[in-house]
Amino acid sequence: MIQFVLLISRQGKVRLTKWYSPYTQKERNKVLRELSGVILARGPKLCNFVDWRGYKVVYKRYASLYFCMCIDQEDNELEVLEMIHHFVEILDRYFGSVCELDLIFNFHKAYYILDEILIAGELQESSKKTVARLIAAQDSLVETAKEQASSISNIIAQATK
Amino acid sequence: MAGSSLMENLFQRTLEDLIKGLRLQLIGESAFLSKALDEIRREVKSTDADTKANALHKLTYLSSLYFYDMSFAAFHVVELLSSTRFSHKKIAYHAAAHSFSDDTPVLVLITNQLRKDLTSTNEFEVSLALECLSRIATVDLARDLTPEIFTLLGSSKVFVQKKAIAVLLRVFDKYPDAVRVCFKRFVENLESPDSQIVSVAVGVFCELALREPRSYLPLAPEFYKILVDSKNNWVLIKVLKIFAKLAPLEPRLAKRVVEPVCDHIRRTGAKSLLFECIRTVVTSLSDYESAVKVVVVKIREMLVDDDPNLKYLALQALSVVATKHLWAVLENKEVVIKSLSDVDSNIKLESLRLVMAMVSENNVAEICRVLVNYALKSDPEFCNEILGSILSTCCSDVYEIIVDFDWYVSLLGEMSRILHCQQGEEIEKQLIDIGMRVKDVRPELVRVSRDLLIDPALLGNPFLHRMLSAAAWLSGQYVEFSVNPFELMEALLQPRTTLLPPSIRAVYVQSALKVFIFCLNAYLLQRGNAASSSTFDRVVPDVPGLVSERDGPESSSLASCDAPVHCKQDEGFNPRVFDQSFEGLSVEHGGEETATLGQASASSSLKDSFTHESIVNLLNRVELAVVPLTGSYDVEILERARNILCFTELIKRDLLDSPVQKEESLEREGVQASQIIKLMHDAFSNDLGPVSVSAQERVPVPDGLVLAENLEDLETIFGDVQLPSLNSFSLGSPQYEERAGFSIPIHESKEEPVPSSESTSLLAEHRKQHGLYYLPSANKEDDYPPANDTKLQAGTNDDDGDLVKLTEQLLLSKKKPNHAKPRPVVVKLDGDQATIATNPRPKEDLLSGTVRDVLLGSDTNPTSSQGQASTKSSSKRKGKEKLNVDSAKENLGGVEKHDQGNPGSRKSKHHSHGKGRRHGSPGKKGAETEENGQKLKQKSSRTHSKHKARQRAEVPLNVVAQSPVIPDFLL
Repeated sequence: MIQFVLLISRQGKVRLTKWYSPYTQKERNKVLRELSGVILARGPKLCNFVDWRGYKVVYKRYASLYFCMCIDQEDNELEVLEMIHHFVEILDRYFGSVCELDLIFNFHKAYYILDEILIAGELQESSKKTVARLIAAQDSLVETAKEQASSISNIIAQATK
Repeated sequence: MAGSSLMENLFQRTLEDLIKGLRLQLIGESAFLSKALDEIRREVKSTDADTKANALHKLTYLSSLYFYDMSFAAFHVVELLSSTRFSHKKIAYHAAAHSFSDDTPVLVLITNQLRKDLTSTNEFEVSLALECLSRIATVDLARDLTPEIFTLLGSSKVFVQKKAIAVLLRVFDKYPDAVRVCFKRFVENLESPDSQIVSVAVGVFCELALREPRSYLPLAPEFYKILVDSKNNWVLIKVLKIFAKLAPLEPRLAKRVVEPVCDHIRRTGAKSLLFECIRTVVTSLSDYESAVKVVVVKIREMLVDDDPNLKYLALQALSVVATKHLWAVLENKEVVIKSLSDVDSNIKLESLRLVMAMVSENNVAEICRVLVNYALKSDPEFCNEILGSILSTCCSDVYEIIVDFDWYVSLLGEMSRILHCQQGEEIEKQLIDIGMRVKDVRPELVRVSRDLLIDPALLGNPFLHRMLSAAAWLSGQYVEFSVNPFELMEALLQPRTTLLPPSIRAVYVQSALKVFIFCLNAYLLQRGNAASSSTFDRVVPDVPGLVSERDGPESSSLASCDAPVHCKQDEGFNPRVFDQSFEGLSVEHGGEETATLGQASASSSLKDSFTHESIVNLLNRVELAVVPLTGSYDVEILERARNILCFTELIKRDLLDSPVQKEESLEREGVQASQIIKLMHDAFSNDLGPVSVSAQERVPVPDGLVLAENLEDLETIFGDVQLPSLNSFSLGSPQYEERAGFSIPIHESKEEPVPSSESTSLLAEHRKQHGLYYLPSANKEDDYPPANDTKLQAGTNDDDGDLVKLTEQLLLSKKKPNHAKPRPVVVKLDGDQATIATNPRPKEDLLSGTVRDVLLGSDTNPTSSQGQASTKSSSKRKGKEKLNVDSAKENLGGVEKHDQGNPGSRKSKHHSHGKGRRHGSPGKKGAETEENGQKLKQKSSRTHSKHKARQRAEVPLNVVAQSPVIPDFLL
């Protein structure tokens, strides 16, 4: 199972963290510092796996972002690489040629997409289309809720309550 | 009030504002962040849901990317969860999944809200709740929400159903009794027409099977079907993982699985699936020669692939297969060795591991040669990896693979000289260990030690100090094998030893004393011989000039050094006058002597070198080098230096006088000095044997001595103190010898005082029984029995004999030494391991026990009987357990009949599928059930202890648990 997912920029900035196992905030910070040190230092033509504290970290660089997933010893590294690629493709489709800025400003959207792909550290949906459809449906739900909230009548109703 | 919240809302910073603001702060980011955090703290308390949601949104952002603690907002998260608006819910659930942990106190408040959302008509709300639950479920939540999850497992919406399945992993983990309720539907999902459902279900099974595979053996037919029929690579990979765990438990299953796996290998184009097949074969199906052959071909293709990922994984697979099929590695030898110089350190490490796997006693020399060459070329880190693995491989099983110890010892010396070598400690350990275990290699050991000691460059590398300590100890301990003790003395007393840490310098000083005594003794022996044969007379009284003539041109420098020394003697040993000149000389002298003697050092020249002049010279040198040490701050050094000085004082007069009036003095005064020297030499020439690491353990605990079982308390007190291990010999031994050296003269002069007879006899008795655990000083003879003495073998002590045998075996036959005992665990570690091993155990057993219960069809009835059993007295437990097992077996039997009688049951479709196979192997089923029955017995005995808690938990659920009649899954 996947222990956690990290997105780190080339400068070592964190763009997304998702933890499927219990880690305290302190541990999370430590893990991140340790791993970004190891991963960012690795050259471009090396293999995409790092042994780390009895786990394996599979990472792949897309543009300026490193996508890292930490997995158990028994897990399949190549499968995880495919998962990362799957995630990136869905992001790309959703944002329309995704770039780092998209993820910076829509950090929650990236989370919601990840939540549709992985659950409890396992892959739950391998169809890109389905994920896109689900995300779109939820987006529209959020939008309608927001429109409702920000409509003039609602504001007036609240103000005169 | 309302107005203010509206204003608050309108002027609140959104997440986007926050992110933009952050990006503008080039410096002073932390100030900006703390300001933003203050805002959030205020806003989150707002009564307006929008404001609260916005604040939580920002807080989650800061918490997940900047790792701020957001536990203070836990209650506000709960508040927002109850919002009716979807966007709020989403933010709240995200925040909860991110920040809640098992000990978040407000978790008890959200049960009802989760239940409400799980039963919501909006599938997205359900999905939010499920996702959150998959992350935060606690025992209570899992127990209380099991009915809802059970309902969702049968949901018509795939989207919800698959999430409900995924949640089961966490729910089962926390609340094993949920298995009784949900397992049937869960298993049904394996046959779902929707591949996503199957994928998630298999994923959960895979995780469960990794923890306790045996419980899931009965489901093998379902998994097998998926393995054969599925076209989905994600699913296949997970199923393969399950079979990798199940196959070792059931050989017949492995036999059936081999073919499909090989089919996949031939058919698939996906590397991930291919690799999973390879891994399954090498880990679990390595007994099937044909499969292994197929796999090795694929591995070779991966090895030569350009993709470093494939190469790395192929090397990993090879190292797994190496334990059983070394030929696979040997076939790919070239690639593996070439990978040692890969750019990727991961690949290099993997290939190093493989190279070490290929080592055998026939090729160890070649491989080590190759590796040392690689070590010379590579970066410091990898260099030490190489050296470390050479050292650990060669010393495994008490140097099992080493045949030529001379070679190995010189390799150790060579490794120490590699520039980046940091393995001083390990080399130290092995040098001393070999010195004590292998008698015949000692001359070579002393030669290597000498080379290491006289190399001034090594003193500058702090990583090698420990190794030097071993070299010093060896050259002192086995000085009789030395070609030239004088040069050893030079090396031990060279000025650069000031670079060493005090503890190691102390070893140096002690070794110098040993060498010194050896020289004196040799000289005395020689003089004794010479005097008796009266050929010595002519030579000794000669003036220094003559000595140099006698020694010949090869040691002219030696003579030139001797001259001033003699002058000095005549002036009555005033160190102040000669301090400077002498120091310079001694260094020069050492260098010269090393050069000359290093070239041609025959034993004859050694014999000749114990002349009176050289001894006197040595005496002066020792004194001069040691005098400054008496100002040392380290007590170890100080004490040993004092010892040496006192000793030199003691013997100086005798020795110095002797040449002048040797005729008379030889008998008179020389006697005293030579006696002392002889005694000390005897003391030092005792052999030390290796001490078994388990020696301490085998000492029986005396009556009345209560040993605390758990020494964890000590850990806090002695946090930093390391337990003594073998490598403390270098320090321990000299101490022992010191004691021996000084106690013997007393022991000689006086009669041994007889202490109270009772304790002595007890002690003697104990020594007799457990002689091995005493230092070899228990012999009645004045002399200490050397540990490696073969005489002892015939004696009472078998363990000592073992050691002797061991060393002999090591040298002569290549048989595996029977002495190799399993390394006992150090107390500290023991406690740690025990806690690690036992703590997670009961829970998993609980889970797998429940799973097994359900799979075996023994549903709630046995549970209640167990409950009764547990309420009865514990003395009756055993009988009850037996009953339980029987009832489970009965159930099984009944179930079988029942199933055969009802072919139209739920499982009929599947049943017909697997029918032929299962009928084909009735024996298997019998074995399986029996096995399961036995397991169940164990399990039930364990569950008893846990049962109270479980029973409590079960009470509210009983209604649910009994409402669905759980059919059997075995068939």
